[in-house]
Formats: sequence, C-alpha cells, structure tokens
Amino acid sequence: MLWSTTVREDRTLRAGPSSGSARRHRPIALSALGIIVGLLLSWAGVAAAQETGTIQGTLFYQDAEGERVPAEGVRIVVADADGADAGEGVTDAEGFFAVELPAPADYQVSIDTESIPAGLSLRDPTKTSLPPFTLNGGQERNVLFPLVEGEGGVDTSAPAGDGFGTKLARLTFDGLVFGLIIAMSSIGLSLIFGTTGLTNFAHGELVTLGALLALLFNVGVGLHVLLAAPIAIALTAGAGFANERLVWRPLRRRGTGLIAMLVISIGLSIVARYVFLYYKGGDTDFLQQYSQQSPYVVGPLNIVPRKLWIIAISVVTLVAVAIGVQTTKLGKAMRAVADNKDLAESSGIDVERVILSIWVIGGGLAGLGGVLFGLNQGIAWDMGFELLLLMFAAVTLGGLGTAYGPLLGSLIVGMFVNLSTLVVAPELKNVGTLLVLVVILLVRPQGLLGRKERIG
Amino acid sequence: MDWGLILAESARQFIGPQAVYFAIAAIGLNIHFGYTGLLNFGHAGFLAVGAYGLAITVDQGGPWPLGVVIGLLAATVFALLLGIPTLRLRADYLAIVTIASSEIIRILVRATSFPGVGDQWREWTGGSQGINGFNRSFYSINPYNDRLLGFAPVQLWSITVGWALVFLSVLIVFLLMRSPWGRALKAVREDEDAVRALGKNAYVIKMQSLVIGGLFGALGGMLFVLNQGSVQPTPQDLGTPKTFFIWVAMILGGTARLWGPVIGSMIFSGLLSFTDLTLRAMVAEGYVPEWLMDGVQVGQMRFILMGLGLMLLMIFRPQGIFGDKRELALDAR
Repeated sequence: MLWSTTVREDRTLRAGPSSGSARRHRPIALSALGIIVGLLLSWAGVAAAQETGTIQGTLFYQDAEGERVPAEGVRIVVADADGADAGEGVTDAEGFFAVELPAPADYQVSIDTESIPAGLSLRDPTKTSLPPFTLNGGQERNVLFPLVEGEGGVDTSAPAGDGFGTKLARLTFDGLVFGLIIAMSSIGLSLIFGTTGLTNFAHGELVTLGALLALLFNVGVGLHVLLAAPIAIALTAGAGFANERLVWRPLRRRGTGLIAMLVISIGLSIVARYVFLYYKGGDTDFLQQYSQQSPYVVGPLNIVPRKLWIIAISVVTLVAVAIGVQTTKLGKAMRAVADNKDLAESSGIDVERVILSIWVIGGGLAGLGGVLFGLNQGIAWDMGFELLLLMFAAVTLGGLGTAYGPLLGSLIVGMFVNLSTLVVAPELKNVGTLLVLVVILLVRPQGLLGRKERIG
Repeated sequence: MDWGLILAESARQFIGPQAVYFAIAAIGLNIHFGYTGLLNFGHAGFLAVGAYGLAITVDQGGPWPLGVVIGLLAATVFALLLGIPTLRLRADYLAIVTIASSEIIRILVRATSFPGVGDQWREWTGGSQGINGFNRSFYSINPYNDRLLGFAPVQLWSITVGWALVFLSVLIVFLLMRSPWGRALKAVREDEDAVRALGKNAYVIKMQSLVIGGLFGALGGMLFVLNQGSVQPTPQDLGTPKTFFIWVAMILGGTARLWGPVIGSMIFSGLLSFTDLTLRAMVAEGYVPEWLMDGVQVGQMRFILMGLGLMLLMIFRPQGIFGDKRELALDAR
C-alpha cells in the first residue's frame, strides 16, 4: 500500500487544469489531503499581449471514509509585491476559487485561517502563506493549501513506523502487481515492433484509452465495472484495428521510412493525449466499484482484494497469450513473421492479416492493462505516457521484438520501480528505470532474451 | 473579433521572444537530426538543464554570465551521459533514452529532496514552484526605455540579444558544416559503415554532434526562461511537448538547411499565436459554444494542432518548406 498511496499523491499533486470541473464520483486518494495543483499553462510568447493572469485552486479535505469533501467559504487573500491587498477569492460549493489579477507581477497568496470551516484546519498550521511568485500574463496558476479534519500539524499520510522487512514484503508485492500490468500493456508494443519494425510511441495512449473508456461506461453511463471493462477492452482492440488500417498500413504502402513512422507515432501520441485532456480534464478519477476495499492482513502484507484479482486476471491472460503464441496457427504465423517477414510471406502466410491481428490483440491487451492500471491507482489523461517509458525500459530489458522478453522485463521493472523507494524518495522512483535502461544498453543491448543481430 | 489586433500580435510573434528561442533550440536539433541523423526526442531536457543551470546559479547569488557558463557545462554533461550508452546502437535506442531522460530531468528538478543532499535540493531547484526573479540582473542592463512595434522594453532587450545569438549560431553552424568535420557529420548520417571504413571514428563524431547541438538547446532554454521570468518543471514548459514544438518548427523550415530552423520557428511561432488568439477571440465572442471549448481547452488545442502538424508534415512533406528530401535520414539503419 505504501507504494500505491504515494503514486496517488504524486498524481493528485500533478493533476492538470481542472477548470473546476465537477467531480462526479468519489476519488479515494488515500493520503492526498490537499488541493489540486494544476498545470501552469504559461503562454510563453503570448504572455505580453494579455494583461491579466489567474490564481486559482480547489480546497478540500478527506473525511474518515476517504471521501473528498470540498471546503466552502474559505477566503484566499492575495498580496502584491509591496504587501498591499491585490485581491481575494472565496471558495464555492465545489471548493473552487479563482482570482484574476494584473500580470506580470509578483504576488503572495495567503489563506485566511479565520474563514476555515469549524472542525477543519491546515495540515501544516505554520503554512498560512505560500512563497511569493511571479504571475505571468495569461497564466492560470494553481495554489495549494492542504486541509485536514481536526487539528493539523500531524502528518497522517506517513505510514506508522514499519520495519524494513515489512516494507520489503509490501513493495515486492506491489511491484509484482505493477509488473504484471506493464507486461500486459507492453506485449503489443513488442510484437508490433517485431513484425513491422515500428517503435510505436502512441502505444501508451491505447492503455489510457482502455482506462478512459472503462471510466466512461462505468461512471458516465453507469454500468458496473465488470460490464464496462469488457466493452472498453473490445473498443480498444478496435482502436488497434483502426490504427493499423487507417494509419500504419497506408503508410507502409506509401513506403514511408521507419524513422518517419516513429516521428508520426509521436505526433499521434501527442494528439491523442491532449484530446484525452481536452475532454477529461486533468483530474485523476477512480472507477466506482472495487476502488475502495478493506484489505486482508496476511503476515506483513495488507492485501486489497482487487490486487489479488489483478494478479489472477493478468496471469491467466498472459498464460493464454503464451499458449496462443506457442500452439495456435495464428501464433505460429506471428512468430514466423517476426522472425523473417519475407520468408513467411513466401511460405504462404498472409503477412498483412497477421499484422492486423497483432494490432487487434495488442490493442485489447493494452486496454486490459489500462483498466487494471486504473483500478490499481486511478485514471489520468497522461497515465499511458508515463507507463510507456516503463514499457520501453521493460521491453528493451527483456529483448525488443521477442514475445516473452517483455514479460520478464516488465516484472523486473515493476519490482525495481517499487523497491527503489526503499532507497530513494517515492517521487524519484521512475528515475531508477532509466538507470536500468542505460545499464542494459551498456551491458547487453539486445536485452535478456534478445538476439544480437537485432540491435544493428 | 478584432482581426487587426490578432494579426498584429501574430505578426509580432514572427520575430518575438518565442520565435527566437524556438530558433536557437531548433538550430541545435538540426545539428542532431538534420546533419547527423540522431533521433533526439529529449531536446526539452537540454533546454531544462540550461535553464536550471542559469536560474540556480543566479538564484544562489552568482552573476548571470557565470550562470550561462554553468548551464552550458550542464548541457555538455547531459549530452555525454545520453550519448555513451546509446550512440553505438541503432537509432531508435537513442530516441527512447532521450525521451525518457528529458522526463527524468523534469522529475528530478520537481523533487522535494535528493539522495545525498536531502531537503537542500528544493532550496536550489524550487521544487514544483520553480524559481523566479533570476532575470533581474539580465534586464538591469537593458538599454531600451520605450515600446517599439508593440513590444515592451524588456522584450525588446531579449529580442535584441536573442536575434544576435541566432545570427551568431547560424554563422557557427555555417562554418562548422563547411569544415571537413561537417562533411564527416553528413557522411555519418548517410552511411555510418562507410565512414568507419574510411578510418573515421563515427562514435566520436556523433558524440561531438550531440554535445554541440545540446549547447544550442541549453542556450534556447536560457532565453526561454529569461523572457518568461520563471522556470517551472511543467510538461508545457520543459517537458516532452516542448521537444516536439521544436521538432515541428525544425521540420517545417526544412532539416539540414542553414536557415531552415530559423524560418520554421518564425512561421510556427506566428501560426501558434494566430490560432491561439483566433480561438480565444471566438470563445470570448461566443462563436464557439461553451460546451465545445472553454478558455482552458483553447490552451490544449495548440498541443493537438502541434501533434497533427507533426504527423501531417512527416507524412506529406517531411522535407519541410526549404528542405531536400535526399538529405533526410528517414530510414532506420
């Protein structure tokens, strides 16, 4: 749990321009008692043309059940560089406030402690003012005042002093869960590279798409997760199909080079990611079922039932994929195409059909990975892109283009990411994966299971 | 809608601070991709180390010229760290490592503590709030007092310094590419094995290219944050999207062309402002209904358009406006 809570906190703090949008369902950020810090949209060039900027934020606290409750009627005071009052805002029923001010100029934001509703207090009672900063024209600057129920001053988010062994056990377990999620998401990435040579930077967006569609059908439409998830996975598989038919096959026919395709996949990834942000907003959201469960205590572990389900579903899926690749006709054809495309084609294999199948299966698996990832730690617009870097590390580690390499690489990366928090701060844990990537490229660039001729 | 105002502001952005720092960063990227064929997808990382090198030095009381030197040194170290594991391998490994590294840089400067130095780290980097006010000493030597062409005096100063640097950079690139080293660089792009067979060390040449291009990237980053007045570890400012804004600017003008990145940056910067201001005006005037697009979403639109632009350029005109298709390194080796 240690790990997943820190991830949530991290996500909450980074969550994007929420625009004060309605939070229709319960977020269960276990430890993040705070205010969303939004993306600081700064208009580098346009800055001069606009004469005002906005300081905004959302104040809330978490009640005993972990529900996020907006704090209404809190007064936020903004002082200019000379200490004179520049403006103030009062939070509305959703806890949102915004103050529009002349810009560029220096401001200091304070909270009026008198106005905090009875029963609430600042988490850090000494922090009634934020450090002064410069507000640029056109900027929407989000600010943070964490509130708690009761008296502040005690950091409730820190887990009680656990021993090293307990931590190790918990992190290893969470690493296993995370590794399996990475594994499922990255099979498609690896197989597509193996068969077409495309390094698909837009693969992470298939993962996000799966999670977002599940969220849409679950929270938006109101279906149970068990119904919403299969629909989302099927649609993501369809997105894989559309990817191949609408973009990549026509490009291959056109004779577009691999590097050009790589850059195009980045363009596609950026378009998809910001379309997600456009419609979803920057919040981290949670599915309605299974997000909040009481854990079983097994030895040092606090196991939430959904994690057991994630493990079970992933293992079954991965075994099914392995058996499929090993024994079915399509699986053999896939391996043949990955091995030698021309030879496969001349032996009568319909290469285009095999590639299309890989896109559909890979898309579906990415969608499933996204749903499980979302169940585990919430759904954000850029979750897939963050996962993509881990997937690349995993796939490179295991062996780019192999079928089983990603599985091995993912488990190692998942464990490594989590276990590294024993040594470094949780916010730095993804840094470790880059180190894995660099070390593997230095020592064994073809990856653990890869063959040497692939690295060129 | 006030078309006069929109057009005037967009025209200003052709030569404004944004075009300037895009241009210098794109000149660096052009050395990487255009001349050497290196897939650097982490250019924002170079911008970030340059920007933070400058900002931290000045924030800790150093003079700004020292900050510039430290920023450039940081970029050199960053380039070496990136190059050592990847430059012997196929092109897409560099792509993966660079894109990951630029995100890592952003995570590192956003962190509240760092192994070895602890909480002192945030004193230096400012964490997610970033650093403000480090540009005062730079603007204190600003000779301009009046507005000109609609630019404020401080902007005039950054534009003057910026364009001087752009011309200097173009001159440096011109001299470099005319030299035997420049020809070796292009040869590496065309056929690395042939270069090796002729006794040149392709690895060293690629490494030199990575460092030199990175220095321009760092310089671009410094101009960016000097003009903005603050440095913050957001994706918009110093993350992957920024990298691809520079890519689009470079490809638009034409890769492996001396003036390509400069012209591309001017056009792209003007176009960005134009679409941004037009959409903003349309939303404000109510031509676009609120449910379809609000003020925040206008800001996201530029990223969607940038991604689309990147895709369409690469599909239909990878050589950009002035480029030569034969000089493009578009096939993986």
